Amino acid sequence: MSRIASSFAQASHTALIPYITVGYPSVETTLKVVPLFASSGCDIIELGIPFSDPLADGATIQRASYEALRQGITPKLCFELVQELRQRVEIPLVFMTYYNPVLKFGLEQFCSKCAEVGIDGLIIPDLPPEEGKDLEQSTKRHGLDLIYLLSPASTEERIQLVASRSSGFIYLVSLTGVTGARAKLPEELESFVANVRKRTEKPLCVGFGVSTPEQARRIAKVADGVIVGSRIIQLLDEDKSLGSACSFIKCLRAALL
Amino acid sequence: MREDKQLPDSHGYFEEFGGKFVPETLMPALGELETAYEEAKRDPSFWAEFDSLSRDYSGRPTPLYFAERLTKHCGGAQIFLKREDLLHTGAHKINNALGQGLLARRMKKRRIIAETGAGQHGVAAATICAKLGLDCIVYMGEEDVQRQALNVFRMKLLGAELRPVSSGTRTLKDAINEAIRDWVTNVRNTYYLLGSAVGPHPYPVMVRDFQSIIGKEAREQILAKCNRLPDYIIACVGGGSNAIGIFHPFVNDKNVKFIGVEAAGRGIKTGRHAASLVAGTVGVLHGTKSYVLQDDAGQILGTQSISAGLDYPGVGPEHSYYKSIGRATYVAVDDKEALKAFQLLCQTEGIVPALEPAHAISYASKMAGSLNKEQIIVVNLSGHGDKDMDIVVKALGVKL
Repeated sequence: MSRIASSFAQASHTALIPYITVGYPSVETTLKVVPLFASSGCDIIELGIPFSDPLADGATIQRASYEALRQGITPKLCFELVQELRQRVEIPLVFMTYYNPVLKFGLEQFCSKCAEVGIDGLIIPDLPPEEGKDLEQSTKRHGLDLIYLLSPASTEERIQLVASRSSGFIYLVSLTGVTGARAKLPEELESFVANVRKRTEKPLCVGFGVSTPEQARRIAKVADGVIVGSRIIQLLDEDKSLGSACSFIKCLRAALL
Repeated sequence: MREDKQLPDSHGYFEEFGGKFVPETLMPALGELETAYEEAKRDPSFWAEFDSLSRDYSGRPTPLYFAERLTKHCGGAQIFLKREDLLHTGAHKINNALGQGLLARRMKKRRIIAETGAGQHGVAAATICAKLGLDCIVYMGEEDVQRQALNVFRMKLLGAELRPVSSGTRTLKDAINEAIRDWVTNVRNTYYLLGSAVGPHPYPVMVRDFQSIIGKEAREQILAKCNRLPDYIIACVGGGSNAIGIFHPFVNDKNVKFIGVEAAGRGIKTGRHAASLVAGTVGVLHGTKSYVLQDDAGQILGTQSISAGLDYPGVGPEHSYYKSIGRATYVAVDDKEALKAFQLLCQTEGIVPALEPAHAISYASKMAGSLNKEQIIVVNLSGHGDKDMDIVVKALGVKL
């Protein structure tokens, strides 16, 4: 069982999964914030490798990616940072990035490097299972989870496909749209999660749009994990001392217990 | 290339190029589009309407014109021009906008989104939406909005809503990103009218099919005029829709050589160009695996060309396939050479080409001199140069 799968198997609470863009607003922030989040009750941390054309992301993460790239963040540098972070945190770490940087690095080399530095899984929003076969060979070889996504627009057939191929957990996109904090999540969220639940035993984590403890609590009633990204990026922006982001994480944690 | 092989395959691949690298939310929509297009393709009434509007509305067939004075000037092969510049809205873009517009109406999607660089596809999309009574939203990079004020006004006049894009490099590539984001968000009621033979399957094949009318006509016309096929077909390549449109109907004519001309911008060596096939490597951009301009870390690079329509860091997957099997040759022509060819065609033929096909004219006129007088070159004159007057005035340093 992978480290991600076993963290769900052992969990007595809903998993809290924050996302941060590596190197935003600075490399120092990333090095500080990951251990802080880990000790504030996060279960898995998503580390975004910035890409020049993040077409599944809304304005907040687009801007963070753009700034991170301007500071010279590359996949190679991300690996080095993870290596350093691994001295300090034990919880599962997953990379979230787009397919092109992975392809350019070399699928096999990328996965081998992930395993070497202690990355547990990959989330690649522009890689549906139809295109994922090559990468899956390498993720399997190196014991990494490849986490596929489902959306409220997914057909029954696609739910079956993703459920059979996703490993670690399944990432349920709460809404049809891009990432970004939303005041309201769709009404059909519960029925969407329930519909997927009927078809798989794999853990289900909900992300996109989640920005308040109330929303997290609502998701926790039906899902196994809550993913929060853009709101955290906003808080890292607003308060460079990281205090706001950390207290937000603690509020979320409290809401999920 | 084996003639019995139908490409793309059922997964949208031209051998190793193509595919559907998109967020999950779009996968059902692409499936729906594929089914709808397959049905339309088999429906004679769909093509009857396409043909009738191509004729009466767009102005097809376009002439295949023997450029006698240009030929004489070059002193070699006979140069023929396929006059897509004479179409309604001034470029080949209308062929695809019409085809996809009819498909959107058939799919009962009333909200149309499109991206545009220079504005030619945006104008074509807005035109067809006005004609078919559909809502039209056009995404355009802020940089391009400023450079192409007249086309912006034209689109608004045609009833389209223009949304400037301020992210990334604020040009065509970012306009496509933003259109895809809109589609992900409004996927249930929205049709994405993509303007070139790029993007996820089925766009590259669909755009090729709608643009193939160029090559079908050209083939008949050259046979009627010369009783033989051309030796070379030359077309400019940005995303590659006009080129694939004129190439594809000749693909099994083994003796007809294809040359795609990309934008070398300030020069390939300067790194400031848009020549994905000539100077790029294989990658994934905007949902398709093809040649792209990228750095060592897989980040997509900014591009530069005097012609906004060629200013794109990717290219259609079928061109990458043609390159890989040697069916077509791809070359690059820089800004200065394109400008010279622009003036040359004005002066020898009284035809003002768009800056995009001026790249093809440049290569053709240089090449013609090295060929004998029996040989035939067909150049796809994909658009008219009215839209480029401001840019040319500036580039030539003229004070009006």
